[in-house]
Amino acid sequence: MEILSIQNLSKEFYLHNADKHIHSCQDISLDLREGEFVGIVGLSGAGKSTILKCIHRTYLTTRGHIYYNSVAFGRIDLTTASEREILYLRKNEIGYVSQFLHVMPRTTAKEHVMNALLESGSGIQEAQEKAEDMLRYFRLPENLWDIYPNTFSGGERLRLNLAHTMVKQPRFMLLDEPTASLDNKTKVLVKDMLIRLKKKGKSMIGIFHDLEFMDGLCDKVFNISEGTLV
Amino acid sequence: MTLQETPVLRVQGLTVRYGDGCPHCQDHLEKNRCTVCGTVWAANNLSLEVYPGEVLGIVGESGSGKSTLMQSLYFDLEPTDGTAYLQNYGDGKRNIWEASAAEKRHIKNTIMGMVYQNPIRGLRMDYSAASNIAEKIIAAGSRNAGQMTERAKELLEAVEILTSRMSEAPKNFSGGMQQRVQISKALANNPALLLLDEVTTGLDLSVQAKVLDLIRKIKAKYGISILLVSHDLAVIRMLADRTIVMLDGKIIESGLTDQILEDPQHAYTQQLVHSLL
Repeated sequence: MEILSIQNLSKEFYLHNADKHIHSCQDISLDLREGEFVGIVGLSGAGKSTILKCIHRTYLTTRGHIYYNSVAFGRIDLTTASEREILYLRKNEIGYVSQFLHVMPRTTAKEHVMNALLESGSGIQEAQEKAEDMLRYFRLPENLWDIYPNTFSGGERLRLNLAHTMVKQPRFMLLDEPTASLDNKTKVLVKDMLIRLKKKGKSMIGIFHDLEFMDGLCDKVFNISEGTLV
Repeated sequence: MTLQETPVLRVQGLTVRYGDGCPHCQDHLEKNRCTVCGTVWAANNLSLEVYPGEVLGIVGESGSGKSTLMQSLYFDLEPTDGTAYLQNYGDGKRNIWEASAAEKRHIKNTIMGMVYQNPIRGLRMDYSAASNIAEKIIAAGSRNAGQMTERAKELLEAVEILTSRMSEAPKNFSGGMQQRVQISKALANNPALLLLDEVTTGLDLSVQAKVLDLIRKIKAKYGISILLVSHDLAVIRMLADRTIVMLDGKIIESGLTDQILEDPQHAYTQQLVHSLL
């Protein structure tokens, strides 16, 4: 069964101050079956992240549809779903790992991971145990768990981001270059985790620059060039 | 299936006007002032909904109508036109702006809590911190002194004010502490809706972080809905689920907070986001 169907997706930005239209991606169509892993590759600026951000509704779609088969709502068009429905899906079904870490002030690394679970209704004890397991898995040193992450290195931040999203094990995940700035050892850990989640039936779309990383992980790979599928 | 939710607050067509208005007003506005008759439209046909457990952010420059909206909701200003419904008042079917004076006091004391930008507006500076909280509890009908003291202690602890200082007057406190006492006072009767009007403006960064952290914890702990007005996009990004952008008394754009910040549609919102440090 398809979990996601993107039909003729186009996104353009209009910049008022420059009176310019910027075409980011055009006429993209792709399907993702439940439990599949789709990889998107392409040069920087090709429009890869735009597709993920349209699915996540961080960007408003200009034309086309993104149908998602939700547990709660059935088949729903993410381009027109209400804001409250999107918030529900983000909390309960769709996860997003970006390259950037946004943490509330005075929130420690462990609290950040725990918050992902607490927001979805988990108890404190359970949240704490799962958060610790996940931080341990991604080899974030234990002495950093009670530290505010604004002092972390790029790699540590990314590992925290991964732990924050994956601790919930959402049924559908958007991965926006989750291995950028990671060392090879950690890349292997991320790959193992993704394979484990895939085996559990989770569906994923990921953007990668590292073709070797995608080997054995992706069921399909799409190449984007200048905003279109090639 | 769609999401079935009843909003905690539903505002429709809120208008606050200074002047009589004329038939040309809406077509001859220079910012929010009619060039024909001189009427100022501080809030111009505002509609919004706040849902259970969410933070709705409102951003806009000074004079955009943000505080007018908040003051109308807290009965500090009388709207010229519009309706507002609270889920916890009259089964969500009675316009709060048509409530009697006694009902309005009841709403202010039990259903809504307000935190003003300037603590002087929200606190009695000469009363003790505990008395400020007790005043709110008494207004809601309680007369048990022991319970009131316990509740004051609990709330002051929640906002990280030492209970050893609960007998001191807020005039002796720092700006950040006064703001936290105001928040504890607003929470005294477990309101369903908290109105926060520029609560971090004028505080230094470390105190701001403390107040933001406190608001996040309150949201998580009490599941309270929050209407958060700020001109600071960083504050909105951290706390708000959805955001409304106001300009010249009107709502010009609304959306998910990350969408407003990363894909703003209106020229003013783009300008605002591009000015973010």
